[in-house]
Amino acid sequence: MSYVLMNVISLSRFQFAMTTLFHFLYVPLSMGLGLIVAIMETAYVHTKKPVYLKMTKFWSKIFLLSFAVGVVTGIIQEFQFGMNWSNYSRFMGDIFGAPLAIEALLAFFLESTMLGVWMFTWDKFKPGLHALFMWLTWIGSVLSALWILAANSFMQHPTGFMINRVTGHVRLVNFWSVLANPQLWREFPHVVFASFTTGAMVVAGMAAFGLLWKQNHDFHIKSLRIALLVGLISSGLAVATGDMQTQFIIKDQPMKFAATEAVYKDTGSPAPWRVIALIDTKKKAVNPSIDVPYMLSLLSYHKLTGSVTGMNSVSRELHAKYDKKFGKNMDYYVPVKTLFWSFRVMAGGGMLVFLISLLGLFFSRAKKDLLSKSKWMLWVLGIMTFVPFVVNSCGWIITEMGRYPWVVYGLQTIADAVSPTSTVGALLFTNIVYFLLFSFIGAFMFYYARKTLIDGPDKEEDEDSAYAQPVDPLDKEAFNS
Amino acid sequence: MTFLQILWFVVIGILFAGFIFFEGFDFGIGMATRFFAVDDQERQQVLRSVAPHWDGNEVWLITAGGAMFASFPLWYASLFSGYYILLFLILIALIFRGVSFEFGVHAQTKFERSTWLWANFIGCLFAPFLLGMMLTSMIQGVPMDAQGNVWAGFGVVVNWLSVVGGLAVTYLCFIHGLNYLSLKTKNDLHARAMNMADKLYWLVYPVLVLFALLAIFQTDFFARHAISSSVILIVIVLLTVWGHISARFGHSGHAFLASGLSLILIMAFIFNGIFPRVMIATQSKNDLLIHNASASPLTLDIMTGVLLVLLPIVLIYFAWSYWIQRRTKVDLANGSETY
Repeated sequence: MSYVLMNVISLSRFQFAMTTLFHFLYVPLSMGLGLIVAIMETAYVHTKKPVYLKMTKFWSKIFLLSFAVGVVTGIIQEFQFGMNWSNYSRFMGDIFGAPLAIEALLAFFLESTMLGVWMFTWDKFKPGLHALFMWLTWIGSVLSALWILAANSFMQHPTGFMINRVTGHVRLVNFWSVLANPQLWREFPHVVFASFTTGAMVVAGMAAFGLLWKQNHDFHIKSLRIALLVGLISSGLAVATGDMQTQFIIKDQPMKFAATEAVYKDTGSPAPWRVIALIDTKKKAVNPSIDVPYMLSLLSYHKLTGSVTGMNSVSRELHAKYDKKFGKNMDYYVPVKTLFWSFRVMAGGGMLVFLISLLGLFFSRAKKDLLSKSKWMLWVLGIMTFVPFVVNSCGWIITEMGRYPWVVYGLQTIADAVSPTSTVGALLFTNIVYFLLFSFIGAFMFYYARKTLIDGPDKEEDEDSAYAQPVDPLDKEAFNS
Repeated sequence: MTFLQILWFVVIGILFAGFIFFEGFDFGIGMATRFFAVDDQERQQVLRSVAPHWDGNEVWLITAGGAMFASFPLWYASLFSGYYILLFLILIALIFRGVSFEFGVHAQTKFERSTWLWANFIGCLFAPFLLGMMLTSMIQGVPMDAQGNVWAGFGVVVNWLSVVGGLAVTYLCFIHGLNYLSLKTKNDLHARAMNMADKLYWLVYPVLVLFALLAIFQTDFFARHAISSSVILIVIVLLTVWGHISARFGHSGHAFLASGLSLILIMAFIFNGIFPRVMIATQSKNDLLIHNASASPLTLDIMTGVLLVLLPIVLIYFAWSYWIQRRTKVDLANGSETY
C-alpha cells in the first residue's frame, strides 16, 4: 500500500479523516447529552423538584456547545463529497444523495428548529410541552444518524443497485433493500448506543469532578446516577451490537476482521486470540504475541471450535474475484497495525465503560453514599469523561480504514473516487487551515465546557435562562467585566 | 427532459431561494452588528433577534446541497469540485458565524466577547458575498471538459460580473437584515433600522443597473430567455422601489417582504437563465444539461414522494417556530424585551 505521500489521494484521505473524526467528537456527545437532558427535564415535569430543572439547564449548556460545533463541522461533511470526491459523487450519486437529502429534510430541520424553540420558550410553554421539544430535538439527531449510516452502510455492503452500462455509475434498483441493508441494522444501533454512552460518561465524569470540588452535592450525585444508569444500559447494548457487527464482518469483510485480529495465516480450530502482538506488515508475520487459547473461536462464533480465515487467504480470494475488473496490482491488505490496535482500544474501552458504570452505580447507592468518601472512584469516573471519544474514533478508524482499498466495497477504489480537479497545493492549504481551525474551535469548546463546570450549577440561580438573556442589558457591569 | 427532472430543477431553485430568504436576514443581522449597532450591548441585542432561528435557517442550505446531490449528482460533483477554494472559504465563514452564537454566550472576558462578535460579522459578510460570486461566476460559463470536470481558475471566479453579483447579494442581505431587525425591535432601534434601510436603498439602484448591464454582456440569458429574464429584472427593480417606499413610510412588514422577494428573484433569474442547462461550459458541447445530469427516474420518484410528504410538515413547524416568537421584540428603552 502507498504510505503517506504528498499526493492528491493521501491529502484527500487525510482531510476526510480529520474532518470526519473531528465532527464525530461532537455528534455522539450531542446525541447522548440530548437524551440525558430530555430525561432530566422529564424528571422535573414529573417530580416538580427544582433540582431537576437546575440539572436540565446546567447540562444543556454543555449540550448546546457540543451541538453548535457539531452543526458547523457537519456542513463540511456534506460539501466535501462534491469538493474532494467528485468522481465518487458521480459514481454514487444515485444512491448516496437521497439519504443525505432525506436526512436534511427529516432530521436536520426537526432538530435545529425544535432546539431553537426549546432554548427560547422557557416562559412560553408549560414544562411538559417544553420537555417535548428537547425530545423532538433528540429524535431528530437519532434520525439523522439513521440516514447518514444508511449511506455509509451502502459503501460497506452495497445492496439494491445495478451498474449502469452506459455511464458505469451505480444505479438505484431497490430503495427498500438499501434501507434494509443488514450492515445498517448492525451499524446504526451500535453507533447510537455508543453515542448515548458518550453523553452519559461526560455527564458522569463532569459530575464526579463537581463532587471532587465540593460543589452542590445533591445536584451532582443525582446527575451522576442518571448518567451512569444511561451509561450502563447503553454501553452494554453498544458492546452487544458491536458483537453483532463483528459477526457480520467475519463473513462480509473477512479482510477487515482478520486485520483486527492480526491473523495472516488461517488459524486452526480452536483459534487462539491475540491479546497483544508485534506485527511485521512487510513480512506479513506476527512475532511474538500473547495468546489466549480458544478465545478467538469464542469471540467469532460464540463456541469453542472454529477457525478464522487469514489475510493471506482472503487476499488470494479477493484477487481471484476482482483481478478481471481492477487489475492484478491491487493491494488488498488493509493497514493491519492500525486496525489491530484500534480494535483493542475500542473493545477494551467499551468494556471498561460498562464496568465503571456498574461500579459507579454501586458506589453511589443512595443509602450509603460511598462515592463521596472514595476520592479514587471520583477520579476514575472523571477520567472516564474522555474515554468514549477515543473509543468512538477507533471504531470509525476500523470501519473506514478496514474498507481499504475500496471507497464503495468491491465497486470503486479510493484512487478512482477523488476529484480529478484537485491539486496538491489547494489540498495542502485547506488541510492546514482546517487543522488550525479545528484546534482553535476544539480548544474553545473544551475551555468553555470546563469553565461551565468550574462555575458550577449554582452560579446563575436567579436567572430564568442563560440563553434567552445572554447578558442583562441594564447591567452595565456585566459588559465591562 | 422528463417532468420530474424539471420539477427537481425547480425544487433545487426553491431550496436555494428559501436559503437566501431566511439566511439572508441572518447574514444581514450579522452585518448590522458593525454597520448599525454602536456598542457590544446593542450588538448582542441585534444578534438576539435571530438567535432562535439561524440554525434552522441554515438547514435550507444543507437541504439544497443534499437535494442537489440526490437529484443532480453530476451537477453537484462538477459545481462543488470546480469551485473548491471558494466553497472552502464559504465553509470557513459559516463555521465562524455558526460557533459565534453559542461561544458568545460563554465568553468570559470583553476580549472574547468581542472576538465572537467579530467572528459573526466577518462570517455574515463573506458568506453571502462568496455565494453570490459563485452563482454569478457559474452563469457566465466555465471551462469544463466532457467528463464534467470544472477548471475554474482565478479569472473565472473573480471577474466584474461575479464581484458585482456578490456585492448585490451581500447588499440586499444587509437591507433584508435591517428590515427584519425593524420587525423585531421597538422604539429607538426600530426607528434607526428603518431609517438606515431607507438611506441604503439609494445605492441598490445603481448596483442593480450595473448587475443587469453586466449580465446582458457576460451571460447568454438575454439571448436565450430574453422575455423571462427581462421580466424578472423589472420585477426586482419594482420590488426594490416598493421596499424603499415601505421602509420610508415605516411599513417594516412590507419592506421585509420586498427585500426577501428580491433575493428570491435573484435566484429565479439565475435558475431561469441557465435552464435547460445546469452547468454552462465555455464550449457549449460540454454543457451539463438537466436531461443528462439527473439521477435515475427511480431515485427522482422516491425523492418526489419524500418531498411531498415531508416538506409540508417541515414548513408548518418551521413557520410555527417564527409564529411563537412574533411578539418577542428587543427594546433598549424598556429593559430588554417586551412581549
